[in-house]
Amino acid sequence: MSAIIATTSTSVTVEDVRKSYHHHEVLKGVSFTVPANTVTSILGPSGSGKSTLLRCINRLIPIDGGTIRVGDQLIGYENRGGRYHELSDRDLCRQRQRIGMVFQNFNLFPHMTVLANLVEGPQVVQRRPRRETETEARELLALVGLAEKADQYPGQLSGGQQQRVAIARALAMKPELILFDEPTSALDPELVGEVLDVMRRLADEARTTMIVVTHEIGFAREVSDQVVFMADGVVEAAGAPTVVLDPDHSPRIRSFLARGLH
Amino acid sequence: MSITERTTTSPVAEFVPRRHPWRIVGIVVVLLAALALAAVVVLNPRFQWNVVFHYLFDPRILSGLWMTIFLTFIAMVVGLVIGVVIAVMRVSASRTLRWSSGFYIWFFRGTPVLVQLVFWYNLGYLFPDISIGIPFADPWFTARTNDLITPLLAAILGLGLNEGAYLAEIIRAGILSVSSGQREAATSIGMTRAQSFRRIVLPQAMRVIIPPTGNETIGMLKSTSLVSVIALSDLMYSAQSIYSRTFEVIPLLLTASVWYLVLTSILSFGQSKIEDHFGRGVTAEAGLSGRNGMLHMLRRTGRKA
Repeated sequence: MSAIIATTSTSVTVEDVRKSYHHHEVLKGVSFTVPANTVTSILGPSGSGKSTLLRCINRLIPIDGGTIRVGDQLIGYENRGGRYHELSDRDLCRQRQRIGMVFQNFNLFPHMTVLANLVEGPQVVQRRPRRETETEARELLALVGLAEKADQYPGQLSGGQQQRVAIARALAMKPELILFDEPTSALDPELVGEVLDVMRRLADEARTTMIVVTHEIGFAREVSDQVVFMADGVVEAAGAPTVVLDPDHSPRIRSFLARGLH
Repeated sequence: MSITERTTTSPVAEFVPRRHPWRIVGIVVVLLAALALAAVVVLNPRFQWNVVFHYLFDPRILSGLWMTIFLTFIAMVVGLVIGVVIAVMRVSASRTLRWSSGFYIWFFRGTPVLVQLVFWYNLGYLFPDISIGIPFADPWFTARTNDLITPLLAAILGLGLNEGAYLAEIIRAGILSVSSGQREAATSIGMTRAQSFRRIVLPQAMRVIIPPTGNETIGMLKSTSLVSVIALSDLMYSAQSIYSRTFEVIPLLLTASVWYLVLTSILSFGQSKIEDHFGRGVTAEAGLSGRNGMLHMLRRTGRKA
């Protein structure tokens, strides 16, 4: 697994990040650190700003305050002479190439075959040769157990298969960090396991840095090195899963766990 | 009791498809009506079919036909280029671009295309000379407007600019039909906005854009007949100039109509081919695209008959 993904994983530092929509503050100064080669799960009730935060990390959403660093690189800005200058579109695109993302609704490109979905980024964005990228894409598909689906269209696959293709598509860019936005929330219950298995293998074998917004408390417990619990736009607790996901940690976490464990 | 008996005696029951006797009746009625209509039209000597076919391949009609095809093609190409640009401006983040493109659509959609044609044709009346250069300084280049704006150019400008406004709205609807998640996914793999538009958004928008654009093309085919007001000899103008001398008005209008029908048939066929192409991945899972579905139905009814 690690042979194909051959990435250098990187750390992420989120510091005092703020974001408002129409005078409503969604993120009220969020800070946490994700060490390289680790998995961080972000949990919390809906509306706590988890997905917004994730989109800020690859700047699908620009932030209003604070800083986000991926490795040694400041996201969205360049520090010149003590001032943060906003980056050009082209530089932003260059930064995003290092950050993979997996979406709740898969967002595969429906007009392209599975293989074409995987090679789109490497060929169009990274301008790498066709043969090389196709070979790699087929290996990635084999890795997620979908080698025989290369020539099918996303619409012909089940939700779980689509999400595994989406993970392979993110991996095809050889990212240093992968963001997962509720990757199993849109799946039928019996399909959740196959996607979590792939993510678990990514964490264990490839040691990719992963930030996972999820409602799967079991996954967060077993796979994460760190759990960040968010509520009302702030980090309520961050630390090892056993510490944070303890009903005695705080009343909020207790009620969240009680609801999640039904 | 009897049910259990039957299932035990014949475990593999035969499926008998439902009969549709009224469909047969419908087919017979339609066929008879069609025959009657054909008889009335073909056997009526006042249609003068011999005249219709005599002029069908007349050199004047054919050269008019080419002008119609050429104008339709060029006007649609101009319209598409303008349409894409205006549509992208309409959905842009910049208010200036949104408003100026909105103004374009408001103006060119809001005035009759006939007026626009005449306006371009008579541009020389409003601006006798056209100069290129910095305002209020000596121009680098000056020409008489009437030398620049030929009837053909006036026709292309009039039809193309007008069409651009309509196509812009069609293309905008297509762009908006693509979910924002597609744009996010394209952005997340590092695509620039241009790459994302060209590779991800536009191909998917095409599915929504093609059918109304097919309509527009067919509409344009017939709108080109308006250029007769600026003395450009398209198909319609050629037919008119013949019947104004021979007074065979109806037969020559039929001659032109035959050609218009031939062209629209070709366009409709092309449209369904293009729709199949851009339906990739969407119609694949359903198994039956529009046309294949029809074929499938025909085959089924054929088997039964």
